[in-house]
Amino acid sequence: MTVNSIYKEEKKSAFQKVFEVIITMASRPSGFIGLSILVFHIILAFISPYIAPYDFKAINPTLMLQAPSAEYWFGTDDLGRDVFTRTILGGRTALTITFFGSLIALLWGGLLGIFCGLVGGKIDDIVMRIVDAFLSIPWILAMLLIVSLLGTSTEVLIPALGFFYGKGIVRVARAATHDVIAKDFIVSARARGHSNFSIIWNEIIPNVRDAILVEGAMRWSWMLLGFSSLSFLGFGVSPPTPDWGLMISNARGLMSFAYWAVIAPIVGLSSLIIGINLTADAFAKALGIDRSTKAPV
Amino acid sequence: MSDIIQKVKNLSIGFKSKKGEEILILKNISTKIKKGETVGIVGESGSGKSTLALAMMGYVKHGLYTIGGKCEFNSSNLLNMKSKDLEKIRGRKIAMIPQNAGQALTPNLKIGYQIDEALQLHSDLNEKEREKKISELLNKVRLPSPETIALRYPHELSGGQQQRVAVAMALAGTPDLLLLDEPTTGLDVTTQAHVLELLNFIAKDTGTSMVYVSHDLGAIAQVSDRIIVMYSGEIVLEGPSRDILKRPIHPYTHGLLKSIPKLSLAGLPESMPGSQPQPGIIQSGCSFFDRCNFSEDKCKNNSPQLEFLKELNTSVRCFNYEKLLKESQVNQNVNKIKNNSKDKEILNLSEVSISYAKQKLLDQIFNRISDDNPTVKDININIKKGETIALVGESGSGKSTILKSIAGLLRTKDGLIRFDQNRNLSSDLKERNPNDLRIIQLIFQNPDESLNPNHTVEEIIAQPLKLYFGLKGEELNKNIIDLLQKVRLGDFYMSRYPRQLSGGEKQRVAVARAFAAKPDIILCDEVTSALDVSVQAAVLNLLQQLKEDFGTTYIFVSHDLAVVRAISDRVAVLYQGRLCEVGPSNDVYKFPSHPYTEVLLGAVLEPDPDIKPKLVAEDIVEEKPPEKGCSFQGRCSRIVGDICKKEIPPWQLTDGGNAIRCHIPIKELQKEQF
Ligand SMILES: Nc1ncnc2c1ncn2[C@@H]1O[C@H](COP(=O)(O)OP(=O)(O)OP(=O)(O)O)[C@@H](O)[C@H]1O
Ligand code: SF4
Ligand code: SF4
Ligand SMILES: [Mg+2]
Repeated sequence: MTVNSIYKEEKKSAFQKVFEVIITMASRPSGFIGLSILVFHIILAFISPYIAPYDFKAINPTLMLQAPSAEYWFGTDDLGRDVFTRTILGGRTALTITFFGSLIALLWGGLLGIFCGLVGGKIDDIVMRIVDAFLSIPWILAMLLIVSLLGTSTEVLIPALGFFYGKGIVRVARAATHDVIAKDFIVSARARGHSNFSIIWNEIIPNVRDAILVEGAMRWSWMLLGFSSLSFLGFGVSPPTPDWGLMISNARGLMSFAYWAVIAPIVGLSSLIIGINLTADAFAKALGIDRSTKAPV
Repeated sequence: MSDIIQKVKNLSIGFKSKKGEEILILKNISTKIKKGETVGIVGESGSGKSTLALAMMGYVKHGLYTIGGKCEFNSSNLLNMKSKDLEKIRGRKIAMIPQNAGQALTPNLKIGYQIDEALQLHSDLNEKEREKKISELLNKVRLPSPETIALRYPHELSGGQQQRVAVAMALAGTPDLLLLDEPTTGLDVTTQAHVLELLNFIAKDTGTSMVYVSHDLGAIAQVSDRIIVMYSGEIVLEGPSRDILKRPIHPYTHGLLKSIPKLSLAGLPESMPGSQPQPGIIQSGCSFFDRCNFSEDKCKNNSPQLEFLKELNTSVRCFNYEKLLKESQVNQNVNKIKNNSKDKEILNLSEVSISYAKQKLLDQIFNRISDDNPTVKDININIKKGETIALVGESGSGKSTILKSIAGLLRTKDGLIRFDQNRNLSSDLKERNPNDLRIIQLIFQNPDESLNPNHTVEEIIAQPLKLYFGLKGEELNKNIIDLLQKVRLGDFYMSRYPRQLSGGEKQRVAVARAFAAKPDIILCDEVTSALDVSVQAAVLNLLQQLKEDFGTTYIFVSHDLAVVRAISDRVAVLYQGRLCEVGPSNDVYKFPSHPYTEVLLGAVLEPDPDIKPKLVAEDIVEEKPPEKGCSFQGRCSRIVGDICKKEIPPWQLTDGGNAIRCHIPIKELQKEQF
């Protein structure tokens, strides 16, 4: 009797698993496009300081608002700075801050959500009420308050963004934990006398990890949009550091006669957000999680 | 020709695997359903029985597709019909009753409204006529006071009543063919017997053809005129019901009937080795070859064809059916279980009460439980070392609740749980020391839920070994392999995940995990009810073997009285959280019995056309135990009057050493039950 390969699965190393997930993601057109855009942006962020043709802060009044040419591919802005240089550099800060912000969001959101799901009862109720209360404050107002009190340094922005975008993750982690907690293998572990820590680490996390990671990836793209809005309002990156949000804000008044100064950062920002979004979606599909059933919070 | 209502011709249905291979779920099925006949389709999970039933109403599940053949209903092929035409047939000509009627009914619409909708859709009656028809239908399915039932919401009905409503809705369009997919699975034994009786009545009364799909030969036996046995996507045997049950000429059916425990036979039936090959496993030769007791060399490489035997009116797919023809009937051999219980008491429950009632603030502050009418009350059981004691009763009778308290997962309200004559066990997990936790282990009903899907078999079995004995490295590995061997699994299973195991294999892993703790007592909560019948006997035999080897004590919870009969030394019968009868198995299964035990025994469905269930009491479901008097007063058909409603009945002893709690004297019970 020969057995078909479909029912044979060997235990895989973590590396193999990650590799397989990426392959699955890339096997769908949308996933492939998303991954390509994301990887392109990440590589660009790393190498842009070395390939930038001009100095991003070199102001040159004689070159104000030049149209795109062979010399200045994307033209120049109102201070005569090269838009191409500033565009390829403009994603670095946003990408870094939101990446670490998402990690923080994942960590506290995930852990608090699992904790609430596990203990249940009154504590869960109270914590979720508090989370809901925070959720009802428009985040941008709260961010503006924090930033105006504490400044716009990276050390402030990363935890602040991480905090506000972690709230949605709490809900997802809590719901996933609730699903798992009722299963008999948890009851079984409890009856054996495992510690709470061991139950969280061995029984719960492996079963909720995927859902939380997918939510985190999704939050990343929203956080990027949020961060760029802050920059746009002048509360994110401080000039002269190039940043898409800031560039759009500066150049938007000139749109009617110097469209190039606006279009380049808009393309940069939106392509990155779309890229992360598509990647997160493909990630969810590759892990077999149906996001469509979960409403975004 | 016209008496054939549904004709399935060379039907093959399958799906494409990720790798693009075509995998068959149904392989070249041909059969006919006659007018007015009830056909039972039996097979284990994955045999394709539901796929076949669905195809009979022109429905192919998402992800599957028809590879060849057709399903003809009144000479038109349903499988290539336009959906508009299909809609006209479904509900009107062919109706379906699903397994879980509770889920099929819309929760926020009243029963009457839902039936009315079905009538509007499937009949041409006007409003007045429909109103009359609704109460007619509810009457037909024997629901008490149709007028009030029609005004209720689905959640206000019991499982059995919901299933009756589903039958009523299916009958709304006066269909010619009724498809029933496991319509009684998951219902209580008593309810199941009532629903089957209703179906029989309806078949006779309306002349509707029925296709009854089930894994349970006991249920099939009660309703079918003809039986189709499916295995691995093929029909292996098809013929008149009585012949198939009495003289099965296919080795699979033969083995199956031998492995089902019977009420009349104490002891463990023979088990069938192995498990059904999963779809997609390419096989040359007979698909049953691995598990067959009658196989020969030629079966290995040649596939038997379905052969029609005219004189028996039976089709069989086996080279060696003649060998089975000679065996006049199924001779069931059982291994009498050894009663190796010692006189030493290992666990004692005295005056145990358990309450789920939400506690008031004051009680919470003083950390006490107050409830005058707790879910479980006055449980006194003395369990001896090495015995298997079974707790039986319908759903909601408190079986699992008692197990949870013994395991320390649920605080008791009153009473003591004493281990080994002198150690009191707290019912609160936090107050037990690791050794108290180790000596009692649990095995659950559904291995899909009790094994962490993200752990390998190795990790699962390692957990108790690490926790209780601190084993590591080489020694841990040795112990795991050892345990796997004990549950008859090879060491190559170590790296597998639960999803890569069959149901029986998963349950073996759960058994291995329980034994890894070297426990004194194992609590088994419905451990075989999620398993296929052919696998059930093997797991029961394994449990018995391990118990004899290790001297473990089992507390075995089950709703299946035949399984309990097979494995247990002693039985305790529970109704609404109160004990009714406790005694040695042999005696509990004999009359005189407590009136509730009598009801349970009467409702057992056996795969034998000569044994019909006896329906003694109504299958109503009570929400709460009565405040006073006998717990069974609400349903008892022998109730002797006021005394039953006021006074808690006394315990009476029978000659066999069986304790019965009833106001009727033993002698009288004996006379009435003869
Ligand atoms: N967590 C809970 N909260 C409140 N009531 C509960 C809870 N769990 C069970 N009950 C109730 O306690 C009673 C006994 O339930 P239990 O689960 O012990 O029954 P069982 O005999 O194991 O039934 P089954 O055969 O369906 O498993 C039922 O009336 C049930 O509704
Ligand atoms: S054909 Fe052979 S292997 Fe198959 S059922 Fe018959 S005897 Fe057994
Ligand atoms: S005590 Fe009365 S109600 Fe209870 S079982 Fe006996 S006869 Fe029936
Ligand atoms: Mg139970």
